[in-house]
Amino acid sequence: MHELSIAMSIVELGQEEAERRGVQIEAIHLKLGALSGVVREALLSSYELACEDTPLQGSRLVVEEVPIVVFCAHCQARRTLSSTQWFCCPECGTPTSEIVQGKELEVVALEIAA
Amino acid sequence: MTQPRLIEVRKNVLKANDVVARALREQFRAAGVFVVSLVSSPGSGKTAFLEKTLTLLRPQYRVAALVGDLATENDALRLARSGAPVRQITTGTLCHLEAAMVQKALDGWDLNQLDILFVENVGNLVCPSSYDLGENLRLVLISVSEGEDKPLKYPTIFNSADVAIITKIDLAAAVEFDYAAAYGNIQAVRPGMQVFQLSAKTGEGVEKYLDFLGARLTDLRSAAVV
Repeated sequence: MHELSIAMSIVELGQEEAERRGVQIEAIHLKLGALSGVVREALLSSYELACEDTPLQGSRLVVEEVPIVVFCAHCQARRTLSSTQWFCCPECGTPTSEIVQGKELEVVALEIAA
Repeated sequence: MTQPRLIEVRKNVLKANDVVARALREQFRAAGVFVVSLVSSPGSGKTAFLEKTLTLLRPQYRVAALVGDLATENDALRLARSGAPVRQITTGTLCHLEAAMVQKALDGWDLNQLDILFVENVGNLVCPSSYDLGENLRLVLISVSEGEDKPLKYPTIFNSADVAIITKIDLAAAVEFDYAAAYGNIQAVRPGMQVFQLSAKTGEGVEKYLDFLGARLTDLRSAAVV
């Protein structure tokens, strides 16, 4: 369970941005890949805890889950996988480990009071 | 009520770790040391595997190890029996190693005096997958007694690793380990992954894996010369 330390990094990052821009953060938008090794539910509850006694207390974490996208050499195309347990092209069945997307753990936007 | 405003930022949450990992990788490259990390669940035989590895490599290579654990220095004491320099990283309550811990543990070590450095992560198949430690090669270990479906249960760690090692094969018959199923599951979550099977206790299969490490070290050094 490393979600709490990840949540603390997110809060720290948010705080830095808020101070630098002189704004009040209402929400942090995060992209979370299926292969990031981070569990959404655990991260959400950790976030609340990590925000306590910081200027971000009461803010929300908005998580956009990012599916795994691989490149299929046979089809010469990007394909979205529906499972983390089967790295094969869903169209032609060719095994592929060329991951294009799905490892994200990235803050993409801040929602601030207008 | 006013509409909230969105400001676009693109920041990797683990950037701090990645920055240190990149610096470590550069430091390892400059010193010509090949860095191999080990991840597995607790009890898969990482320490026995590493003790065997260090003992057998020592006549030919200058080897050393860092071992991570929540508490105790038992593993470092065990590994020191191999005669190789060993340092323990005690993480306290943290369930994984981070690049900064590796950096700190290396303080004062002359990397130029090493050929291969092993980094044993905390026994955990979940959290270590998110953290780059600057290593050249990541091994994921599963013992035959853990069951063939470990790769399907922990696909992320298998995806973060380069090579899989099936350990304790001396127990395979007793636990009716199904090699075909295990290989199939590894290939399902990580197509093309190289797999070794061995027993640190009997030595079966160890030579093949050590030859592979030696070859990778040679590749690394010849690439550095070019």
